[in-house]
Amino acid sequence: MSQSYNRGLIEDFGRWKEFSAGMWAWIFHKFTGWVLIGYLFTHIAVLSTSIGAASESTDVIQAQNDVYTTTLQGLEGLFLIRLLEIGLLAVAVFHILNGLRLLMVDLGIGLESQDKSFYASLVLTGAITVASVPTFLTGVTL
Amino acid sequence: MSTQQAEPESQEAPEDPEMKGAESPQERRLEEKDDGMVDERAEKTAELEGETVLIKVFRYDPEVADKQEPRFDDFHVPFTKGMTVLDAVMYARDEYDSSLTFRHSCRQAVCGSDAFFVNGRQRLGCKTQISDLEQPVRIEPLPHQEVVKDLVVDMDHFYDQMHTVEPYFQDEDTPPVEDLEEQRQSPENREKIKMSSRCIWCGACMSSCNIAAGDNEYLGPAAINKAYKFAMDDREGEEIKEHRLRILEQEHGVWRCQTQFSCTEVCPKDIPLTEHIQELKREAVKKNLKFW
Ligand code: SF4
Ligand code: FES
Repeated sequence: MSQSYNRGLIEDFGRWKEFSAGMWAWIFHKFTGWVLIGYLFTHIAVLSTSIGAASESTDVIQAQNDVYTTTLQGLEGLFLIRLLEIGLLAVAVFHILNGLRLLMVDLGIGLESQDKSFYASLVLTGAITVASVPTFLTGVTL
Repeated sequence: MSTQQAEPESQEAPEDPEMKGAESPQERRLEEKDDGMVDERAEKTAELEGETVLIKVFRYDPEVADKQEPRFDDFHVPFTKGMTVLDAVMYARDEYDSSLTFRHSCRQAVCGSDAFFVNGRQRLGCKTQISDLEQPVRIEPLPHQEVVKDLVVDMDHFYDQMHTVEPYFQDEDTPPVEDLEEQRQSPENREKIKMSSRCIWCGACMSSCNIAAGDNEYLGPAAINKAYKFAMDDREGEEIKEHRLRILEQEHGVWRCQTQFSCTEVCPKDIPLTEHIQELKREAVKKNLKFW
């Protein structure tokens, strides 16, 4: 046996259609986790611009035309940002629900319905996200 | 003479403890799985009667020039009632291509040598009915293990992992031979480790685990299950249990499991692997928790 064949990772991911519920849950959990971390850093970057706003006089801030407020208002006016916010909600909701599911698994509760609870988290995430759309899209100028 | 007289007694085998017992999550799962299976299979069998089934078999042989590049070979196998995947590949080997290579031995889900990747899932060839599968049937060697030839994979790493958990009974203070006596286990304890003792070392679980695929040092579900069997055995004593937990607690031990449940889903012996890994995690936490 001088040689053998290793099918490699690429082929593994080519099998995505054969993934089971647990595998999908794992992938989605990692993915949403990284998205949330990425978001947190962006959030910090945006918030830190408020330092600039703080340097302006109180009058300017109260009149709501300081850097911070105008930046945020500008961003919030964008359709793309609203869309991203809906995405962020979906990501966060799924991460929380699946986190609860994993907590149950860790405690040994309901192990035999681990796949059903994954589907339930997906459905709930979908429902909450859809329900949030009107709220997120009010007052948006395209 | 006297030994012959004693024989009938030994035939009264103790009642199989596996038959009774409360409804565990695992039993419920099994019931669900079998529900409706029988009718469906009978129907499919009737449908396939007299037909040939197409199997697509993975081929690779480093020693033959035109097989160094992996490919799939098609075989048309006449269906017979009760035909398993193993029967089909054996037919293909015997009738069409004697170089088709795969492992098998017991043909009754006991030796664990014929785990293949059939239609995208790790299964035992001898336990999988052709009538339960979609056609054509795609048969490949287990993923995440190097392929030696055709359906034969290199199992060395799997065996190494199995051996690192010291898969044998250890007794703290074995009395001198002359006082050796039967070591009794309570029925409850036997019940607890019953499922874990069924492992046949087929490697299906390890092959299905993405974490094991990404981390070569991860002990893997089979080895952890093996460790569970002994760690939970009352007869081994506290000290050995601690020792076992120390092995399991390491970086590449139980904590690597990300509860994907892939192993539990593919295990041909229906061992609740993820459940066992989680229980060992809890044991490890309990052992290390100190409130003073
Ligand atoms: S635990 Fe199950 S899948 Fe894993 S090696 Fe043992 S029998 Fe095979
Ligand atoms: S041949 Fe022994 S398990 Fe299938």
